[in-house]
Amino acid sequence: MKIAILALQGAFAEHEQMLHLLGVETILVRNLDDWQSFLSSNGVGLVIPGGESTSMMRIMRDEGLFEPIREAILGGLPVLGTCAGLIMLDRIHLDVMDILAKRNAYGRQLGSFNYEGEFKGLGKVPMTFIRAPYIEEAGHDVEILATVEGKIIAARQKNMLVTAFHPELTDDTRIHKLFLKIVEEGHPSSL
Amino acid sequence: MEDRTTLNRQLAQMLKGGVIMDVTTPEQARIAEAAGACAVMALERIPADIRAAGGVSRMSDPKMIKGIQQAVSIPVMAKCRIGHFAEAQILEAIEIDYIDESEVLSPADDIYHIDKRKFKVPFVCGAKDLGEALRRINEGATMIRTKGEPGTGDIIQAIRHMRLMQSEIRRLVSMSEDELYEAAKQLRVPFDLVKFVHENGKLPVVNFAAGGVATPADAALMMQLGAEGVFVGSGIFKSGNPEKRAQAIVKAVTNYNNPAILAELSEDLGEAMVGINESEIELLMAERGK
Repeated sequence: MKIAILALQGAFAEHEQMLHLLGVETILVRNLDDWQSFLSSNGVGLVIPGGESTSMMRIMRDEGLFEPIREAILGGLPVLGTCAGLIMLDRIHLDVMDILAKRNAYGRQLGSFNYEGEFKGLGKVPMTFIRAPYIEEAGHDVEILATVEGKIIAARQKNMLVTAFHPELTDDTRIHKLFLKIVEEGHPSSL
Repeated sequence: MEDRTTLNRQLAQMLKGGVIMDVTTPEQARIAEAAGACAVMALERIPADIRAAGGVSRMSDPKMIKGIQQAVSIPVMAKCRIGHFAEAQILEAIEIDYIDESEVLSPADDIYHIDKRKFKVPFVCGAKDLGEALRRINEGATMIRTKGEPGTGDIIQAIRHMRLMQSEIRRLVSMSEDELYEAAKQLRVPFDLVKFVHENGKLPVVNFAAGGVATPADAALMMQLGAEGVFVGSGIFKSGNPEKRAQAIVKAVTNYNNPAILAELSEDLGEAMVGINESEIELLMAERGK
């Protein structure tokens, strides 16, 4: 049972470390061959990391990963999207989650910040925002999990969990554990 | 560690596995972004032209940099001269995402680098060996790159710097703890930084390759030698088909370990930049600022 981490660009190694810390096997997906071997090895979840969404989208399309990944998520594959990963799941990118992301919502690097905020069901969680987005529109099916100054910065819709901040950059493993719980819901006793 | 330093190191972490491209116009910036660049470096002249023009080369016109900031949504970096903290203050005032205190421009100070801890905006600096890298990090740099030999299209220097840095890191890792004090003395850096490298087998910040990258194969070579991403300066917009070459180098950095994909990417790219051989260079930029 493995979790795929999209490794086209960005902070995929940090997610890998975090999942290894939690005793989960991972596979880095850089191309279609990797994706197919993930599917054939009982892959149960996908992480789309932080990085530059334009860069990852470009490579994803060119490598022929766009449609297969989209179909898998629509088919119920649990997915965790952080920062750029949140953007990529929204209506105008992969169009799998009923949200609209606002890119660079806090401006340039001088606007990057740390915060400790309330996360539904988890209590206070340390949050690192790097040139981060927020969610400016969310559909009825979307459960809002955290807000900062009235802006939605974490949400869930069925098999999809997104955060505008980077849980992989802190020592706090609760967001990844929450994702693993979603994975378990879809695949009982898989982990 | 201070919040800002950590956030700035973390921005560099987000750039990993990506390609940062030199651009001189908003149009080039848009081409770079569409090709999948994870950031652009805004400058008036690319290193090959700086080298050809000679004379004193300085920070770019802020208006030109702003034009590029408006053209793209990815991070925008810009260069200031080594030691020229006033240029860095100006770049911070226009909210640049990363400052490259760069040997490509004419150094403003032949002794002191910028005290980068005084700034909120992050800095990337060049280094040819571990000592230089750690000295820059001690001054506050939150990202390191090899110096390479910019504007030549010749990869030999970047290779030399990356190999040297990696072998020095391996050496530190293999030392016993009491040997680290002497190592810190020889490297002219604080003990804590040496100890970090000893314990972790890597720099405390992200390390990119820069200088002389002209082909997808060059980019893959640097990645396999331990670079965490690649700067491409003159190699793209001095080539026959910038758009295609830019895309190919981006994908080569993602799939640097997959020769079959690299072979496909290397096909039919048109003319690479002409390049200058290392032995034909009169000015070694890598020797600036140690």
